[in-house]
Formats: sequence, C-alpha cells, structure tokens
Amino acid sequence: MKASQDIPLKAKLRKAESSNTTKSYALILPLGIFLLVFFLVPIASMIYRSVDNPLLAKHLPRTSEALKLWDSSKTPDEKTYATFVAELKAVGEKTSIGRIAARLNYDKGGMRSLVVKTARKLKRVSVNTLPPEGTWKKTLAKIDKRWDQPEYWATIKNAGAPITVGYYLAAVDKKLDINGAVVKVPEHKRIYLAIFWRTVWVSALVTSLCFLFGYPIAFLIARVQKKCVNLLLIMVLLPFWTSLLVRTTAWIVMLQREGVVNDLLIFLRLIDEPIQLIYSSFGVLVAMTHVLLPLMILPVYSVMKNISPDYVHAGLSLGATPWTAFWKIYFPQTLPGVGAGALFVFILTLGYYITPALVGGPQDQMISQFIVYHANHSLNWGLASALGTLLLLGVLSGYGLHNKIAKIDTIKLN
Amino acid sequence: MWQLSPHTTLLGKLWRCTFLVFCGAVFMFLVLPVLIVLPLSFNSEPYFNYPMPGFSWRWYQNIVENEMWMVSAKNSIIVGLASTALAVTLGTLAALGLSKPSLPLKKLIVGILISPMIVPLVITGVGMYIFYAKYNLTGNLPGIIIAHTVIGTPFVLISVTAALAGFNLNIARAGQSLGATPTYVFFKITMPLIMPGIIYGGLLAFTSSLDELVVVMFLAGVEERTIPMQMWTGLREQLSPSVLAAATILVILLVGLLLAAELLRRRRERYFVSAK
Repeated sequence: MKASQDIPLKAKLRKAESSNTTKSYALILPLGIFLLVFFLVPIASMIYRSVDNPLLAKHLPRTSEALKLWDSSKTPDEKTYATFVAELKAVGEKTSIGRIAARLNYDKGGMRSLVVKTARKLKRVSVNTLPPEGTWKKTLAKIDKRWDQPEYWATIKNAGAPITVGYYLAAVDKKLDINGAVVKVPEHKRIYLAIFWRTVWVSALVTSLCFLFGYPIAFLIARVQKKCVNLLLIMVLLPFWTSLLVRTTAWIVMLQREGVVNDLLIFLRLIDEPIQLIYSSFGVLVAMTHVLLPLMILPVYSVMKNISPDYVHAGLSLGATPWTAFWKIYFPQTLPGVGAGALFVFILTLGYYITPALVGGPQDQMISQFIVYHANHSLNWGLASALGTLLLLGVLSGYGLHNKIAKIDTIKLN
Repeated sequence: MWQLSPHTTLLGKLWRCTFLVFCGAVFMFLVLPVLIVLPLSFNSEPYFNYPMPGFSWRWYQNIVENEMWMVSAKNSIIVGLASTALAVTLGTLAALGLSKPSLPLKKLIVGILISPMIVPLVITGVGMYIFYAKYNLTGNLPGIIIAHTVIGTPFVLISVTAALAGFNLNIARAGQSLGATPTYVFFKITMPLIMPGIIYGGLLAFTSSLDELVVVMFLAGVEERTIPMQMWTGLREQLSPSVLAAATILVILLVGLLLAAELLRRRRERYFVSAK
C-alpha cells in the first residue's frame, strides 16, 4: 500500500518516529545541561581535586626535579640545597609560603613550622652572594637541624608530583615512605579504614533494623481492608514528610538525660538513675532507623500488594503449614521489594551526615563527618575529596546493584 | 485474612495477636516521637519534660522577635520558591520527553537525571563548593538556589513521570488530529491532567529545599543562613524550646501541604480508576 506522494508508509512512519525521538531529546536537554553544569561537573571537579597536586609543582619545580635523582639514604647534594633555597626565596609572598607549608604538613607533622621558619630566616640572606655558613647545607642546618634528616626531604620529594595518589593513600591509612614505597602509617595514626568499616557496619545494622520493623508493617498494609490502607499509608508517610532535622531534634529531646524516655523508664521503675541514651551508638541506630524506615516499607509494600494470594492458598490446601507456606511461597515473591528497599536504605545510610553528627558521640562518627571536617575545618580539600570519591564509589556500586534488582521506576516516593 | 476462620488454632490466634501488637508498636515508634516532642514548644519553662508547668506562646514570640530567625525564614522562602519554580519547569519538560515509550538510552538517562537523589549530600556539597567557588556562586543566594534546584528536580521528575504513566495518550492525539498545535494540546489537555503530579513533585521539591542543610553549610555565608542552619546552630549550642517552636511551624506547614497534595492525588487516582 502506498501513501500520498508515493512515499511508502513505512518510511513515513520511520521519519515521524525519528522526529518524535528528536523532540523527546530536546525536551530532556535543558535539564540534562543544567545537571551537567551544576551537578556532574562539580562532582568531577571533586574527583579531580582528589589527585590534583599543583602547589609544589608550581612553586618548587626544579627542587622536585633535582630530588627525583636523589639517593634517599643520605641528605641531598649541595646543588639541590641551593636550588631549594633559591626557589623558596623566589616564592616570596607569605600566603604562598603558608600554603606550601600547610600542604607539606598534611604529609608530615612539623613541616609547617619548619618551612615557615626557614623561609622567614632566609629573607635576610641573598642568593647571589656566598652562603653565610660556607655551604647552603650548613646554612639550612643552622636554621633548623631537621634539614639534616633525609625524611624531611623525602616529604618534599613525595609531594612534588603534579598528580598524586597521596590523598588516596592517606584515606586508606597508608603513605609513601622515604624511598617512595607504599607503607602503612603508624598504628596510632590509622583512622580511616576503621571509619569505613564502622560506616558499613552501622549501615548494615540500620538496614537490618529497617527490614525487621518494616517487613511486618508492609505485610499488614498489603493485607488489611481497603478502607484502612490509606490511613496506614499516611501514618508511614507522615514521618517521611516531616523535616529530617525536626525528627532528629525530636530524638534529641526524647533521649536526653532529662528527657521523655528516661522519665518514662524511671516512672515504670525499670531504672533508678537516668541512663545515657543520646550521644551513643544506641541513639544513632534508633534515630537513623526512624528516619529511614518509610523508605523500606514503601518498596516492600508496592511489591506485596501485587502478589496474588492464590499461590499461598494453593500451598495451604496442599498441606503446607502456615509457616512453610509463608517462607517457601510468599517470602521469595517479596524479595525484589526487600532487595530494593534494603539497598536503598543501605546506600542512604552510608552517606548520612546530620543525624549521626547530632545524636552520635565521638565514637559513632561516620565517614561523612570526616569529609566535612577536612573540608571545613582542617581545609585539607584533597583528603576530603579522596574520602568523598571512595564513598561515592561505594554508593554508586550499591545503586547499580539496586537497579539490577528493581526496575528503576519502582523508586516511587508516593 | 482478618476474618478468623473456625479452623484457626489457638496458636494461630496467639500468633496473630503478637503480630498486631508488634505492628502497633512500630507505628507508635514511627509517629509518636514527633507528636510527643512538638507540644513541648508550648512549655512555659525552658525544659523538655512532661507534665508541663504551664502553657505559653513565649518561644514563638522569641522567634518572631529574633532578627536571625526572621532573616533565615526569608532566605528559606526565597530559596524554596525560586528553586521549586526552576525544578518544576526543568523536571516537567524532561518528564514529558521521557514519556515516549521507546526512547533509546532511556534507562541511562533516567539514571543520570535522578542521580542527585542518590549521591550523598556531603559529596554534592564538597563538589559544588569546589566548583561554584570559582564562579562566585558561594556566599550568595543564587548559588544556593541552583544547588537546591539540582536536589529538587528528581522529585518532580519521578512524580510527573508517574502522572504521565496514567495519562491516556489518545486524548492528546485526538486534540492534535483535530488541528490543535502541540503547545495548545500541552496547555489545554496534557497539563491539566498531569497537574496533580506536577503539584506533588513541586511540593516535594519545596520540602526538600526547606529541609536541606548539608549543601547550605558548604555554600552559605553568615548572611545566607536558612531555617535548617539556624536550627542546627541552636541544636549544637544551647537547646532552646525556640528550636522546637520553629520545628512545629515547619511540620504544620509541610505536613499540611503534603497531606493536601496526597489526598488530591488519591482522589484523582480513584476517579481515573473508576472511570476505566
């Protein structure tokens, strides 16, 4: 069959279809560009920041170059000393010196004061005349004895590359030693691996608690009469709609030493003295479970409401006990919802900041706290970015798994 | 399930009772904390226990008279409204584009578009600070508005996509076949029908902006403090019932709005289901 103007209908259809596709893309484009510029590029710049190391490469390039050939068992040669002195003096301004000093201090404690002091004392010395103490080696050693120790030079050498994995090493409690080999940091300085494990552990606990409390609720809502469903769902949604900060506030007030829970326990004669509920792991688990429970209930419920009761009935009529019927027939059918909900809760817990920061004690701080700390307080943006990138990797792999289990459009918020 | 059959054993009855009690306890866990704590904002004394010695509006008065709270409220409303308007526009357009059934690369596109909801806010905050600082978008409201638009769009996208899934494409086709332009069809047919989805998504975006603290902490200076930031400061320093008063206002406002939107959505849903 031919359509008008002798163009085959199929070709016409194909043309209309492809123009429709173009139109659809055109509608998505504004949001796509907006997110690219204001979300994806910022995330990419964070990832770049985690390896970017321009400071020494910019200000002390020849020193870094000279140190590459250095035999790290003894101090560098006189020429390297001279280059270092010349470049350090050329940096000049106080702010740049301060930044270099701070950068070196991330890798080795004491570098900050050493560099600042040396730069200050070198101000009075001219590089065009002979060094005051005969050699630059002796001059620097007179300013500070530490310049005679190879490890301080190794710090400068290791920090010299314009692209570094140093922040990642620091994020997993490792560092480069004097010979440039990867070693563990001393025992008392190892923190981040333990923090990562704690983050995963707390997330796993919160997810388990959400499953334990959420599954029966979803089951109940899927089974009650129609007219009760809305009421129960609104009771689940109500806390979900309440501001996160308000819910955390509520838990702070509830769990305080002089708070409602302690009062109640004393009133019931369960305890004689108020017990420590807040600023503990208990507080974090309770508050986080409260915050995330609706996100477990909703996906499980949306799967359960579409499960036909016929299979369970068939099982029962064939002689299965109620438990067997539930465990062997009903439960496996709910697994997609459980998996989706659990992974969603898990990845959200991994990156939580506000609730643990307010309800937890020093022993309950998770990885997000350290990212904020390094970004806002120690101003070590490289380490903050490296920790952030590792967290992002964890979350994204969880999200990928989530999408494998659940179809993407089952994440509904209503 | 809930009518006990004559064959139900004693054990079965007991089990059912335990189950219902357990569920009741979980519901109490979900709903009670907020309901117990918020009335304490009417306490006449600055304590957080029952029974309250007296009723008073003093903490609400504190907020209204405190300039910091008022500035934060103003900032929160400006940021919330502006970012919601942007998020609704961008999100609705994209949802319309995604409603085409056989769009190539759809899964990937959806994954990217809703990723602001997945990436932890701390990471979003660090990235945005590093990047926005270069273009002078830190320490001012436009930067925060843009950031909250990013965070709000997934809510609009998801909600409008859900509304479009229930939308009968033939109605729009009928309009087009009768000679209406696509724009006319959109404003006269499509938009009124998906309006509940747009409103619901917009409200969720507004709520998320009003509640968002982490990214604001990275991007805002002293002048741009918002209500959550003001509450955060209060919670970290000296817990005062003023924080509870602010929380109460926030909860009544948000829950009221969202409850209305949810009821609206359910009513329309019922209407559509019965019309089929």
